[in-house]
Amino acid sequence: MRAPSPAGPDIAAGEVLLSVENVSLSFGGIKAISDVSFDIRKGEIRAIIGPNGAGKTSMLNVINGFYHPQRGRITFKGETRAEMRPYEAARGGIARTFQNVALFRGMTALDNIMAGRTLRMHRGFLWQLVRYGPAMAEEVEHRHRVEEIIDFLKIQEIRRVPVGRLPYGLQKRVELGRALAMEPELLLLDEPMAGMNMEEKEDMSRFVLDVNDHYGTTIALIEHDMGVVMDLSDRVVVLDHGIKIADGSPDEIKNNKAVIDAYLGVAH
Amino acid sequence: MAKNAAAGADTFPKLLIRNAGIYGARPAMRHKDLGIWQTWTWSQVLDIVRAYAVGLHRLGVKHGETVAIVGGNRPKLYWSVMATQMLGAIPVPVYADAVADELAYVLAHADVRFAAVEDQEQVDKIISVKERLPKLQELFYDERRGLRDYDHSHLHPMDDIIADGRKALAEDASLSAWLDNEIASGKGTDPSIILYTSGTTGASKGVLLTRERSIKAATDTVAFDKLTADDVALAYLPLAWVGDHYLNYAQGLVSGFCTACPENSDTAMQDLREIGPTFYFAPPRTLEMLLTRVMIRMEDAGVFKRKLFHYFVGVARKYGERILNGEHVPLTGRLLYWLGELLIYGPLKNVLGFSRVRVAYTAGEAVGPDLFAFYRSIGLNLKQLYGQTEAFLYLTAQPDGEIYSDTVGRTFPNVDIRITEDGEVLFKSPGMFTGYFKDEAKTAEVMTPDGYVKTGDAGFFDEKTGHLKIIDRAKDVGRLNDGTLFPPKYIENKLKFFPNIREAVAYGDKRDFVAVMLNIDLTAVGSWAERNNVVYGSYQELAGHPLVYDMLEKHVAEVNRSLAEDKIMAGAQIKRFLILHKELDADDGEITRTLKVRRGFIADRYAPLIKALYDGSKEADIATEVTFEDGRKGVIKARVKIRDMATGPVAAMEKAA
Repeated sequence: MRAPSPAGPDIAAGEVLLSVENVSLSFGGIKAISDVSFDIRKGEIRAIIGPNGAGKTSMLNVINGFYHPQRGRITFKGETRAEMRPYEAARGGIARTFQNVALFRGMTALDNIMAGRTLRMHRGFLWQLVRYGPAMAEEVEHRHRVEEIIDFLKIQEIRRVPVGRLPYGLQKRVELGRALAMEPELLLLDEPMAGMNMEEKEDMSRFVLDVNDHYGTTIALIEHDMGVVMDLSDRVVVLDHGIKIADGSPDEIKNNKAVIDAYLGVAH
Repeated sequence: MAKNAAAGADTFPKLLIRNAGIYGARPAMRHKDLGIWQTWTWSQVLDIVRAYAVGLHRLGVKHGETVAIVGGNRPKLYWSVMATQMLGAIPVPVYADAVADELAYVLAHADVRFAAVEDQEQVDKIISVKERLPKLQELFYDERRGLRDYDHSHLHPMDDIIADGRKALAEDASLSAWLDNEIASGKGTDPSIILYTSGTTGASKGVLLTRERSIKAATDTVAFDKLTADDVALAYLPLAWVGDHYLNYAQGLVSGFCTACPENSDTAMQDLREIGPTFYFAPPRTLEMLLTRVMIRMEDAGVFKRKLFHYFVGVARKYGERILNGEHVPLTGRLLYWLGELLIYGPLKNVLGFSRVRVAYTAGEAVGPDLFAFYRSIGLNLKQLYGQTEAFLYLTAQPDGEIYSDTVGRTFPNVDIRITEDGEVLFKSPGMFTGYFKDEAKTAEVMTPDGYVKTGDAGFFDEKTGHLKIIDRAKDVGRLNDGTLFPPKYIENKLKFFPNIREAVAYGDKRDFVAVMLNIDLTAVGSWAERNNVVYGSYQELAGHPLVYDMLEKHVAEVNRSLAEDKIMAGAQIKRFLILHKELDADDGEITRTLKVRRGFIADRYAPLIKALYDGSKEADIATEVTFEDGRKGVIKARVKIRDMATGPVAAMEKAA
């Protein structure tokens, strides 16, 4: 599906956007992640795969500062950090979507995506109270960006619909829209296609590729559908029981013995 | 005024120049983009289309060749049609949802060297069938998204073409004069457009229409419905369909009205409400869907609102249509209706986007009388028309005040209609096509020696109203043994308009009388059974229940009454009917996936029942194999009863001539 583009950046030689070095995370006695290292290069689509409980979501939570690993270092845009809060990650340019859609259900799709602009709103509470003048000018500007995203994701028809009333596939799309509204450098997608039918998956895949292509956003995604992973991603890292067992191009992963044993479970 | 002015122009580009002259600053086109309605005036459109035409000329588009237009209702695609016509080239619109195979067929058949497409989806589709299109050279696209990394040596964004044309016009003054000359020398007798038929019956055919005929036809309908530059239409039906090209493009250019393009195909209903068109067309299916949506939402409303709604819908049913037709209505009726307009009809029409609709049409298939009456009763001036791509477009239409749910209207001014012995409708019309593109054999097939075109539809003129009634496809119309015309679909449709009847299959061709097999609608009959304490254990039991038979007998009697009213149909009244013990199902091959009954197949499958219908037995045994949803097969056995019907007096039993 992904046509190799001669003009595109050579990802293998690309600049590292984020690197995870020897990260370990445990909850009490349970080891969620042990000594995992990998990197995400600028402009690539990086998949993280593995069986249930492999530590994939934990890994995303570590990256965006929701969990604090006991050991290891994370370097984002050249800055190494010991500990970071989620809002700091958001300000730094990391946006994410969730495995179970986490939207404001009573709000419309438009308002949900507008919420993604919060960090970029500069006029304070008092200006908003005045409404007219600078606050409105700012809102118009933000609304324009949001409308571009709505157009991009082709969700014009649900602009005014409370998201609680939307089917699951569309909620996922709105959530992606909210993450995009932050104009992130790194977008973390936690199972963007879970629970979707074939057609919705194809649409979503197309959007993920388009986001990567159009906005140049670096994407790290967790996904279970191997067909999708192999089609979308530039590189894949495989976790099993919190340990990294493989890292490489989709073709390398498909033929990796350890991966087949742990996860793919075919071709035996 | 529009009529006289249009008569002077024999091509669409000339009309565009005329419109820019008379209606310069008035809106010609609107499109919702990034949530905001954008407007282009007639002079802006002319300016853009001129630049676009020059840009296309510089890319090599020449007089007389074809250019494919593939996509939805977007201003740039309409302008592609205009710019192509400005150069004397012939636009060939293709359905946006055509699969790659159909697209390849049309593009190859029409010999296109150029294609103007909407977006990446269409570009991908065309690239996927590239090998079959050796003549295709350049692609123009509207939406840039996703196309950045494509090889752009033969791929051009429309914006760039327009910008290039504009620059060239500014730099070279002679170019403008050249274009003026190109437009002025355009001949009315040259082809204007090729519209490919959807091809439900065999390969699609390219209907060739000329410029002056197209404009003549549109001038007649604009005058008929008094359309002016103040009118607004929403272009939401497929660009490649004759309806859109006629109703919006041709009528828009002739009358100078504003055509609004929806944000995308899914937002049409919301955009309708925001635009508030004054001219509206919807196929019966769309009207039905809208009504269902309203009814479902009303069932969810509070008790008070729901009661209010149903009360006033009742009032509307009683008085609404009579008020619309200008008949006598008692004062209390008028007062109640006025109150209803204030409380229910007005707000409802507003929600549906019908508040400003002055003229609305429906066509394409038979419309249910209740559905039709509902919209008319709330004050929507809904009318029916009958037309064909080959006729571009109208053959008949209902004039204001002469509205019937079962006719398609009077013969249109300047249209000539003839009915053959077999009941087939033939026509000559102002907009009539000149032939199928590159297909003389097919053209000869539909043209009579004296210049009429065969529609393939069977119909007759109703004596009471003088309106045309279309009864069926001509090839499906049979005859009873006594020679009476037997149009199965006409009878089946009449039956199916009853909510209790889900499906009907009529037999009668080469037989002594008409007999039908019915399927009950489980939802409707089930809820009736609940209300009337009729106990049943299965579909089969309910279908065979004597009270259900009694109920359906009344429906059949009513259909017979309505058939008896038409002299030509009176002989085709239903003599016997039965209710099938199982639902006709696409899985068993009894109906098609598009829900059309397969009469022949059903006749074979239920041969014992057919035999019983015609040999006078009161009941018959039948065993049919059925396929369950999981693919297993089983056998259903039943004893099906047959009822005799009294047929109404056949008024003056003359045979249909």
